[in-house]
Amino acid sequence: MDLSISPEHEAFRREVRAWIQEALPADMRAKADVDAHFEMPESIRWQKILHQRGWAAPQWPTEWGGPGLDPTARFILTEELELAGTPPLSPFGLSMVGPLLMQFGNAAQKQRFLPKIIAADEVWCQGYSEPNAGSDLASLRTSASVDAAGNYVVNGQKTWTTYAQYADWIFCLVRTDARGKKQEGISFLLIDMKSPGVEVKPMLTIGGTPAFCETFFTNVVVPRENLVGPEGGGWTLAKALLGHERTLIASVGASGRAVRRVKRIAAETMAGGRRLIDDPIVRGRIAALEIRLRGLQMANYRALAGAQHGKAPGPESSILKLRGSEVTQECFELAMELMGEDALTWFNDPGVVPPIEEWVPSSFCYTRATTIYGGSNEIQKNVIAKYILGLPGK
Amino acid sequence: MLVDTAASFAKKSSPVARARRLRDDPLGFEPAVWKQMAELGWLGLCFPEEVGGFAGRFVDLALVIEQLGSTLVPEPILSTVVLGGTALAAGGDGEQRGRWLTPLAAGDLQVSLALWERGGRFDPSWCETRAEKSAKGWRLSGEKVWVPGGHAADLFLVAARTGGRPGERAGVSLFAVDRAALAVEPVKTIDGRRAARVRLAGVEVGADRRLGGDGKAAEIIERALEVGCAGACAEAVGIAQAVLGMTVEYLKTREQFGALIGTFQALQHRAVEMFVETELLRSHAIEACLRVDEGDAGERQRAIAAAMVQLASGGRFVARQGIQLHGGIGCTDEHDVGLYFKRMQALSQLLGDEQHHLARFADLTQPARVAS
Repeated sequence: MDLSISPEHEAFRREVRAWIQEALPADMRAKADVDAHFEMPESIRWQKILHQRGWAAPQWPTEWGGPGLDPTARFILTEELELAGTPPLSPFGLSMVGPLLMQFGNAAQKQRFLPKIIAADEVWCQGYSEPNAGSDLASLRTSASVDAAGNYVVNGQKTWTTYAQYADWIFCLVRTDARGKKQEGISFLLIDMKSPGVEVKPMLTIGGTPAFCETFFTNVVVPRENLVGPEGGGWTLAKALLGHERTLIASVGASGRAVRRVKRIAAETMAGGRRLIDDPIVRGRIAALEIRLRGLQMANYRALAGAQHGKAPGPESSILKLRGSEVTQECFELAMELMGEDALTWFNDPGVVPPIEEWVPSSFCYTRATTIYGGSNEIQKNVIAKYILGLPGK
Repeated sequence: MLVDTAASFAKKSSPVARARRLRDDPLGFEPAVWKQMAELGWLGLCFPEEVGGFAGRFVDLALVIEQLGSTLVPEPILSTVVLGGTALAAGGDGEQRGRWLTPLAAGDLQVSLALWERGGRFDPSWCETRAEKSAKGWRLSGEKVWVPGGHAADLFLVAARTGGRPGERAGVSLFAVDRAALAVEPVKTIDGRRAARVRLAGVEVGADRRLGGDGKAAEIIERALEVGCAGACAEAVGIAQAVLGMTVEYLKTREQFGALIGTFQALQHRAVEMFVETELLRSHAIEACLRVDEGDAGERQRAIAAAMVQLASGGRFVARQGIQLHGGIGCTDEHDVGLYFKRMQALSQLLGDEQHHLARFADLTQPARVAS
């Protein structure tokens, strides 16, 4: 592992920075400057702009439109985008089903779906959890039976299908066989959201944003060619995908931005005639948070370096998810503390609190979910206890 | 008996669904219910008999507030009765008490205490609003933020400086100002309730509008804040108990991996930690509410600061873990645990946050620092 950055990479960093300056539309820049919350349509728009430059999917191979950057350059690109506060890209296509199709999909599936994923011409969502299958995902009950023509007919309900209201496609875990071990009868299906019988019910989050959805399937016909991997082999795919998701939830870049926001609030907020950031207690608290973030950044870098040597994300992704989700929460908890009385605000008109503070209470509430989604932190601890420490089970 | 009445009121007349419904209402509570609370004797419980009160101890009102907290009853007892009423009782002369405290206890007057200013950080001495002598009495200029219940208040008790500089305890006076004289901008708060930003652009008030002596309001304000904090802690106990209750119930009914999740030891231990923090919050709150009516200022202030720190740490731990143990459903707007979580968060920053009360406790219990 080499931590030094070459002059070529420094030049690349300047190139990325300059490009973002030019390419980021004014309305997005205004929001990025105050670290405001971006909704899905903005993320889609920004992905299209990035795609024109060839930077929408830094991790993808050139064969499927990736930029062919070396690992350090990829890291720099991602870091610069996050530092600039550009809209986060939807992970469901680019980071989840896309890489999964590259690994497990057949040639026709790759050809059909990958180009539209990278171009943001088709937006994806995830159909994993169900009302009675959350942490215990393998008990899912959404069923897929085979009709006379050999197609699947899907019935059931998925929860936490985040941003399903914007999605063209959903990748789903369905039960194709109810006999035997519950992990063995699960298959991985790609379902067109425009199919008759698909119904989406958006749901507000605790942060007051419309991110969550429930998605209902009533006799939805899915062509057999939309099965990924073998029938009954979905659990292997699901586990591979959860590993990716856990690394993502570490949201190291987003936490880096959140720490920066904390510092800005501290620098711009007066308390009793002096700036908060001049208070040694405040400085200590921010430093402690930043140190936790720094450890996480290095752990993430180690995991990425491992991935470059062909290692799939393993149990160590649980560590990133565990600590990363906590740090995300701590960033917003501290931001709330620093806001003082202003932390009471909730979706008020501009001017009630400084722009940089406006979204903090909503995000503070929503980030309670980071220790729950992608496998709750209690589940992550079980994974670490069992697979890393080798502790005996019941 | 008082507690039974309040418990039954909360359960039957104002379940959480009512608080949820009133989130979207510009007033946020119901005048008819407020009137009912007056008839039950709650509003005047701690005020003298000559204003229609019952001269009770604060701890009796605290027990009512705890019950109302358990279902998030949205009527503005904390802002009008505990903060506003205490300031009127502590600072008003006989005429002023009769004029404002009597209708307050009868449920006919909403009163808000307007203290906080931008950059003041929970310090009532950070008062830049000025009151200058005028022909009729006083002329007030300045701006107040996050005035609790201010969106609905008929009367504002406004702290304004008649001498000294921001940060100095002396020189702050308190004035009773009618809503009509003010520019009141309602603002929404995280707990689904409302507060106000209040602008005073040379507001003229009569000489009879000052509560207490010229520049001597600090004691009145501190008294109101002390009682307000005790009330907030009582409400927080009701919230923590409710969150603990619904979480334990969930652990007993939710199945995953073919078992009730309450059988998992990690979750059992978490529930136990929530229980411990709830009981410690209750202990702190009881002490704070009892000492509010006692003469020893040092003991009183230490107890209140300590209770507010436990609200911010233990109380919020309970609320956060309540969400965590409910899992995904706890992160939706539809589930009630989020409403409790948000009210607990608001209570932890309404009348001084954790850092404020920690510093206060340190000042009350450790030798003074040498000025640098």
